Amino acid sequence: MDNKLYVSSSPHIRSGNTTRRIMLDVIIALLPTSVAACVIFGFRSAVLIAVCVATCVLLEFISRKIMKRESTIGDLSAVVTGLLLALNLPVDVNPLIAMFGCLIAIVVVKQMFGGIGMNFVNPALAARIVLLVSFPSAMMHWVTAWGAPEAAKIDATTSATPLAAEAGTYSYIDLLIGRCGGSIGEVCAAALILGGIYLVIRRVISPIIPCVYLATAALMSFAFGLDPLYQLLSGGLLLGAIFMATDYTTSPVTNWGKVIYAVGCGLFTMLLRTYSNMPEGVSFSILLMNILVPLIERMTVPRTLGYVKKAKGEKK
Amino acid sequence: MDQLSFPKRPYPTRGGVHAPHNKNTAHKESLEMPVPKMVALPMSQHIGAPCVPLVKVGDNVDVGQCIARSEAFVSAPIHASVSGKVKKIDKITMPDGNRLDAIFIESDGEQRISPEVKPPEVNSISDLLTAVRESGLVGLGGAGFPTAVKLNIPADKHVDTMIVNVAECEPYITSDHREALENGWDIISGIITVKEFLDIHRVIVGIENNKPDAIKALREIVDNSLDPEDEIRVLPLKATYPQGAEKILIKACTGREVPMGGLPSDAGCLVMNVGSIAFIARYLKTGMPLVSRRLTVDGSAIKNPSNVIVPIGTPIKDVIEFVGGYKEEPKKILMGGPMMGISLPNDELYILKQNNAILAFGEKEARLAEPSACIRCGKCVSACPMRLLPLELCNAAERKDDEALGRLNAMNCMECGCCSFTCPAKRHLVQSIRMGKAYLNQKKREQIAQSKGGKN
Ligand code: SF4
Ligand code: SF4
Repeated sequence: MDNKLYVSSSPHIRSGNTTRRIMLDVIIALLPTSVAACVIFGFRSAVLIAVCVATCVLLEFISRKIMKRESTIGDLSAVVTGLLLALNLPVDVNPLIAMFGCLIAIVVVKQMFGGIGMNFVNPALAARIVLLVSFPSAMMHWVTAWGAPEAAKIDATTSATPLAAEAGTYSYIDLLIGRCGGSIGEVCAAALILGGIYLVIRRVISPIIPCVYLATAALMSFAFGLDPLYQLLSGGLLLGAIFMATDYTTSPVTNWGKVIYAVGCGLFTMLLRTYSNMPEGVSFSILLMNILVPLIERMTVPRTLGYVKKAKGEKK
Repeated sequence: MDQLSFPKRPYPTRGGVHAPHNKNTAHKESLEMPVPKMVALPMSQHIGAPCVPLVKVGDNVDVGQCIARSEAFVSAPIHASVSGKVKKIDKITMPDGNRLDAIFIESDGEQRISPEVKPPEVNSISDLLTAVRESGLVGLGGAGFPTAVKLNIPADKHVDTMIVNVAECEPYITSDHREALENGWDIISGIITVKEFLDIHRVIVGIENNKPDAIKALREIVDNSLDPEDEIRVLPLKATYPQGAEKILIKACTGREVPMGGLPSDAGCLVMNVGSIAFIARYLKTGMPLVSRRLTVDGSAIKNPSNVIVPIGTPIKDVIEFVGGYKEEPKKILMGGPMMGISLPNDELYILKQNNAILAFGEKEARLAEPSACIRCGKCVSACPMRLLPLELCNAAERKDDEALGRLNAMNCMECGCCSFTCPAKRHLVQSIRMGKAYLNQKKREQIAQSKGGKN
């Protein structure tokens, strides 16, 4: 035999799953929400999404080039980041502001820490918070959604978000189908839930984080005398629980770690909603828990099969 | 100890992957390979001390004649698999890269049986252990641990359960499956012999549920055999890789966990490969030592995948030719299964005792996966049957961080391959973890050397 054989370490077969396929699944899961955004807020949503996605991909490409490392735009993770950032913005935000957000997300948070898998906070969330702090009025300018109830209107063009509006303004149905103010991807609860179900079925995410996050938030609302269902359906909680808190890089890999992390997210979200001036607690609490992930992971190393506790005094 | 009941269904096990089964040869009768022109028998076909040749170049040997042995406790003698003349004794490169002496025998095609071959007389456990040792038997499932050593259970261990391993979870491989279908009676008589001598009263035949015909066949034989106390049961297992790994099999069959760094006997279990147990029965009947075995030849580059019964030491090339040769240019040849097998540098090697499969793949299957950055998806964590954190172990190994490797129990990794298989970023986790384990071992040796040096 004269041809060369490949010699490599076992295993010699690999599953068909790839990073790209996973990212593609996330994009598919976000499709209903993106379509809903365009229906609810008009085609300006589509423009915003396109701007963010294109900027993120371009910035990813450029920063990898500058750092002289292989291009990673093929893994589609930059598309996901752009999409998530867009869905977290109000529809009439200045495109330049949105592009600045992309810069924060891709260049500062993601690539400066080493690229995919290395960042310690969620890029889209971190960008959103930077924008929120830098451009508070632009970032909290809620254009009236298509079909939103009259009572929610603040002036001719804007209306209150469900969390800021007076009780009784929005019905559950309004929240489910997104007839309310908010960032373009957070208003339509039904679309978000649909995407979440898809991700769980495709085994892209484990249901632990969204379920525990939502359950904790519901319990807390109950304890605070709030309407749990209303709380769950509003203020970006679903978007956060399903798509932001489950970001691989910034959530624990162990099952118990996921539980602790999600409980933390739920607790902080409701505490912020109740006690801070900003009704928006989701982004901050996820970001906070992101930072705690290494600690949580260290606390929750699973017990390996056959693990025996070392007897006292025994040297390891 | 718990009451020895039989589980109705397997105990839950964690992790594992659904690797494509590809059991293409399961329904084909095994073929018997004609005597090759030349065989080569390396001096180590087992875990333990290598053997020393008992024959010289030019000696005539007969089938079954012992041609090499070692007095070490952990070792297994080697027997001529063909009759003929010792042509040379020369170094060959083993699959793991070690250079080792091998006895080359040129066959005369007559297959004369050595006068040494006669059924052993076995009246006690020590007779059985001697006989099994003399038979040259090693674990036929792939590990190659000398069976006599395995059966010699230390006095301080209480083994109450024997598990017969027919799980055969590696893709492609069907040699155990065929053994179960073709030699059911040998299996049962081997089981009865071992269980009587070792005073074991619970035997669980663990078999993956993707082999319904073998389950049925074995159950029928068990039902019709001399088992008045009903101490042998067939237990269908779920068909996920790696159900057949010793520690996982023990967990699935008995619910017990082998303590880290321990042996099956620490969990009261003896695990025997089905081929090994059937061989014991045949050896006691005929006295013919381990000179041939059944193995699966398959893979995308093989024209006519089959199970073949071959003399030990047959050149791999001859075996492949016997099943019709290659149908495309082979780009990767494996000894063993695709999850844990060793990839060979060429097809110029020889069949070893513990070799349960030869697989050859074409370009498409052989192409190496290109690793990218870890995305921390946690899929390796959910896939690890040992409940380790493969991504962390891999990082620690790459950093050469022995503290982290120790804390994360790197030594408990059995290199099953589930983590690498499932990783969407195609990271070479097993490869790194294996290096990390070697590093830990090296550290340990250094420490021991140091503390010894300190005392003197
Ligand atoms: S499966 Fe691969 S990408 Fe996912 S966490 Fe493990 S090593 Fe990282
Ligand atoms: S190779 Fe080791 S770390 Fe990877 S899945 Fe198997 S036991 Fe776990």
